Amino acid sequence: MTIAATDLVGRRKQLSWYARLVGAESPLEVRQAIYGYVFLIPWILGLIIFIVGPILACLYFSFTDFEGVGVPHYVGLANYVKAFTGDDLFWPSLGRTFEYSVIVVPVGLVASLLLAVLLNRAIKGISVFRTFFFIPSLTPPVALAILWVWLFHPSVGPINLALKWVGIQGPAWLESAQWALPAIIIINLWASVGGNTMIIFLAGLQGVPQEFMEAAEIDGAGRWAKFRHVTLPMISPTFLFNLILGVIGALKVFTTAFVATKGGPQYATWFFALHIYQQAFAYFRMGYGSALSWIFVVVLVVFTYFQLVFSKRWVYYGGEGD
Amino acid sequence: MATGEAALADLDRSGTQSRALTRLTVGSAIGLFSLIVLSVVFIFPFFWTVTSSLKQPYEIFNFPPTVFPSVPQWKNYATVFEIAPFARWILNSVFVVVVGTLGVVFTSSIVAYSFARFKYRGRDVIFLLTLGTMMLPAQITLIPQYVLFSKMGWINTLYPLWVPLWFGGGAFYIFLLRQFFLSLPRELDEAALIDGAGYFRIFWTILMPLSVPALATVMIISFIGSWGDFLSPLIYLNSPDIFTIAMGLFFFQNDPDLGGIPTQHLLMAASVMTVIPCVVLFFAMQRYFIQGVVLAGIKG
Repeated sequence: MTIAATDLVGRRKQLSWYARLVGAESPLEVRQAIYGYVFLIPWILGLIIFIVGPILACLYFSFTDFEGVGVPHYVGLANYVKAFTGDDLFWPSLGRTFEYSVIVVPVGLVASLLLAVLLNRAIKGISVFRTFFFIPSLTPPVALAILWVWLFHPSVGPINLALKWVGIQGPAWLESAQWALPAIIIINLWASVGGNTMIIFLAGLQGVPQEFMEAAEIDGAGRWAKFRHVTLPMISPTFLFNLILGVIGALKVFTTAFVATKGGPQYATWFFALHIYQQAFAYFRMGYGSALSWIFVVVLVVFTYFQLVFSKRWVYYGGEGD
Repeated sequence: MATGEAALADLDRSGTQSRALTRLTVGSAIGLFSLIVLSVVFIFPFFWTVTSSLKQPYEIFNFPPTVFPSVPQWKNYATVFEIAPFARWILNSVFVVVVGTLGVVFTSSIVAYSFARFKYRGRDVIFLLTLGTMMLPAQITLIPQYVLFSKMGWINTLYPLWVPLWFGGGAFYIFLLRQFFLSLPRELDEAALIDGAGYFRIFWTILMPLSVPALATVMIISFIGSWGDFLSPLIYLNSPDIFTIAMGLFFFQNDPDLGGIPTQHLLMAASVMTVIPCVVLFFAMQRYFIQGVVLAGIKG
């Protein structure tokens, strides 16, 4: 026993400094670690050049008056002060992005879950329906927007025509300041409810053990009771996953609005991502655009953090206590 | 948890266990009816786009609109190629998609191999950091990347669209492939190691061939992403001859030179041609698609 222990200590002492550096305990592990690092090189470079480096550069630019060319001058917090107090479009665009997300995320999640429940049954040809629901999510966003501009056409579009059949005078949709935001919401819901979110729910539903359902049935649970007290708790981790991705996706809304309405009419669909684009790449106010980007990321991180904190109250992880 | 392959099989047998119990009840009839109605909602916009693309310039604005064109105008599709450099845009997109996807497949798989099979200091921290990058909005890196590429003289070239994909491809692909590699038995590697194979050879001749389903998933998702990407072309490309198809379609929608006659029918034809490759790809490789989403979702 003691001999073995001293042996180990002796061996540890013999380990070279680089073995300790890479966390290896034998020459074989050193070799392994070196190969591990070598295979990691593309991503390490990618992380530094295209992600971490730019994020830090973005932070630096946000304290300058950088305009894309020339030398950036340090301006302290001026860009942030301007965003919060001197930019007429800052708060409205942020508010509009929230307004959009507050509708798109819950409606999208519930609709995806309902679709998944509908699809989670044994009928021949069920995968054909799954295909129909999935295809909109594959549509390139620019084509998606162009296609829906045509569907929402105030006079010859099929949507207003259908409304006319049931006696409703349809609005001008994307051309109306009042209806453009709802129209963008409809477009993005259509494109996303049958996509990845639904497939993930479907996989989650099929991971619910059949025995639990049978046990609930024996206890006399009806359909709704089974869904509410067995299915929902069992898929709550899946729900959290979809919720977090859904919020991130919703806050980033850009292409649909940019192509369909250019942010109009009267800034009705001027989302935060459009505002950043406009400032940085149309006006080349890169310093200010960088400050806006940082504010955006902080908002996203805060949202994600709170979702994770609150999730402890409603997410059930099987087998981990509770 | 099951591997992606098994999860997919589960999806396809949707609830076979309870098949015996399923009767045509009122409930399931309502369910089937809703599925059919919803399918119409999801498919109709495509149907409307296709019929619009086959109408004559003035027919398309008839009121009330007709469902089918009086005489299908197949030549609308040819006209798109005549009045806009549409063939050029397709070629540009094909180039970006092919070269970019190759980069994603090669580099994300080797990085995933490193995360899945090797032990070294810092691995788990870097992996967590990698997962964290999935939550970042593109905006935060956009401005400095633009500055970087403009310093390199790459503005108005296709490089910014595919070169970054050769550096690990992106966190999502690395994560997906790592999960897949972890589901392959380690004994395979060890046997090969004993037989004297090097680490790269193990990766290339053992893991890669076994990972074809996961690699196909990565390829497809990367294809759809590059084909539809709009933000990067919008920022980096300014002359029409270098546009990708998504950017070209946007240009086509906004070009005043094409506005002499109502061009809505041509815009619809161009949209149809932009969407079709994605749909064809989906039908050809449906199972890999679903599997990838399931693999990333379940284990996430």
